[in-house]
Amino acid sequence: MSENILQVRNLEIYYGDKRAVNGISMDVEKNAITALIGPSGCGKSTFLRTINRMNDLIPGARAEGEIIYEDLNLLSDQMNVVALRKEIGMVFQKPNPFPKSIYDNITHALKYNRIKKKSQLDEIVEESLRKAALWDEVKDRLHKSALSLSGGQQQRLCIARTIAMKPTVVLLDEPSSALDPISNAKVEELIIELKKEYSIIIVTHNMGQASRISDKTAFFLSGDLMEYDVTEKIFTNPSNQKTEEYISGRFG
Amino acid sequence: MTSKSADRIATGVFIVIAVIIVSILVGLFSYILVKGLTHISLDFLTSPSSNVRAGGGIRDQLFNSFYILVLTMIISVPLGLGGGIYMAEYAKPGKVTNTIRSCIEVLSSLPSIVIGMFGLLMFVNLTGWGYTILGGALALTVFNLPVLVRVSEDAIRSVPRELKEGSLALGITHWHTIKTILLPSAFPSILTGAILASGRVFGEAAALLFTAGLSTPRLNYLDWNPFSERSPLNIFRPAETLAVHIWSVNTQGLIPDIEEVSNGSAAVLVISVLLFNLLARWIGTRIHKRITATK
Repeated sequence: MSENILQVRNLEIYYGDKRAVNGISMDVEKNAITALIGPSGCGKSTFLRTINRMNDLIPGARAEGEIIYEDLNLLSDQMNVVALRKEIGMVFQKPNPFPKSIYDNITHALKYNRIKKKSQLDEIVEESLRKAALWDEVKDRLHKSALSLSGGQQQRLCIARTIAMKPTVVLLDEPSSALDPISNAKVEELIIELKKEYSIIIVTHNMGQASRISDKTAFFLSGDLMEYDVTEKIFTNPSNQKTEEYISGRFG
Repeated sequence: MTSKSADRIATGVFIVIAVIIVSILVGLFSYILVKGLTHISLDFLTSPSSNVRAGGGIRDQLFNSFYILVLTMIISVPLGLGGGIYMAEYAKPGKVTNTIRSCIEVLSSLPSIVIGMFGLLMFVNLTGWGYTILGGALALTVFNLPVLVRVSEDAIRSVPRELKEGSLALGITHWHTIKTILLPSAFPSILTGAILASGRVFGEAAALLFTAGLSTPRLNYLDWNPFSERSPLNIFRPAETLAVHIWSVNTQGLIPDIEEVSNGSAAVLVISVLLFNLLARWIGTRIHKRITATK
């Protein structure tokens, strides 16, 4: 039996009076890739953004229920959201490097956390760029603007700056939907590599991607968790009629 | 009419409008310069003005203009920026915020002479300072603040949401994100706004008539003690600025060379604003390049 990193219990998420997620419960495995699939508006991104409380930024959004991480309820009002986001990092759909140098993109959050020594910063920059499979491409231009990188490189830089914080969980919100197929393949390879050290939850619209990289897959439909199982089972022998229809492309 | 010819007509109309605007600008500019430049000399810039004789300069007025400008910006930029940050990042959408926003808009459309009257009540009479540089700078702050708040708010709002989320998602506090991500990205627009505002301040006369006054004490430029009465740095002395000087020479001047002095002053005013803008822009671009690592 594998260990769980997150336990979701009766999670309901609202936007004002509208309920976007209807009481879901699921366990997220440690050091595994969990894919969230489903048609647009099914609540999967909302769920993802609730885990690290990014949804707090949306006026009127609120969540009920529990997401347990290391015996703490992440949804509690007492939760230190800033500390939480250091443990649970997030990479967004659109690459969003800061308009600074490649080096400063990674050290931005480190410096905030009082890591000041140049040698230590250099070390973490190299380490995280290597892990993000970007080091060889950018090592000669670390002090050039991050905006001079290609879209795929920018996204890997965003992954690098997230893992530089040494999180335990990395949330990926359709990380390669804005990329070309070659960059996409690189990002996928990278994600598989990353699961050795991190627990990964990825939202994707790409069925192929979910089946290629994930260990477990959760299928969402109109705010309900329809099916959650081992990826292979979901894609070869789903128990739910709707899951089968969705993955075979009959709707969504 | 085909859409192609409509497109051509639109292009033509906009070109005509652009040409009109540019020629008005060029015309006005060259009119002021041609009439004024002949009167500008080192002597004109470095000698004090005269009340009765011809040949007076604008040394003190020029200094006063820059001094009041700098003082106004020191007071109003932090306040305006703070207000802009509040409006863009902290104010919750609702009635209170909308009321604040309408107040700012009303304030920004107040005629400057009204602000001058207000300044007279507040910074001259109520404080008992009399006509002072500080009073003038405070009146100009009232004049300036709404624009700066508005500009800062818009500049911060126009920073892409993704950047802010990216920083917050790394476990960085709201304030640190504002400081290190939002403000640097908004910096060029804020700077442009501040430059436009300072141009307005530099050329403002009405708000200063009743606050900084129409006279300047005999200044001793070697006296750097800001508390001494004859020191140019004293903020509690009356000060006539260049724009006010142009107005007062034309309305109540007794000197025989009124036209030369006011034309020369007008040209100096325009050139100063221009130089100030260019300098601020140059410094701004350099700072921006440094923080964004673009070469």
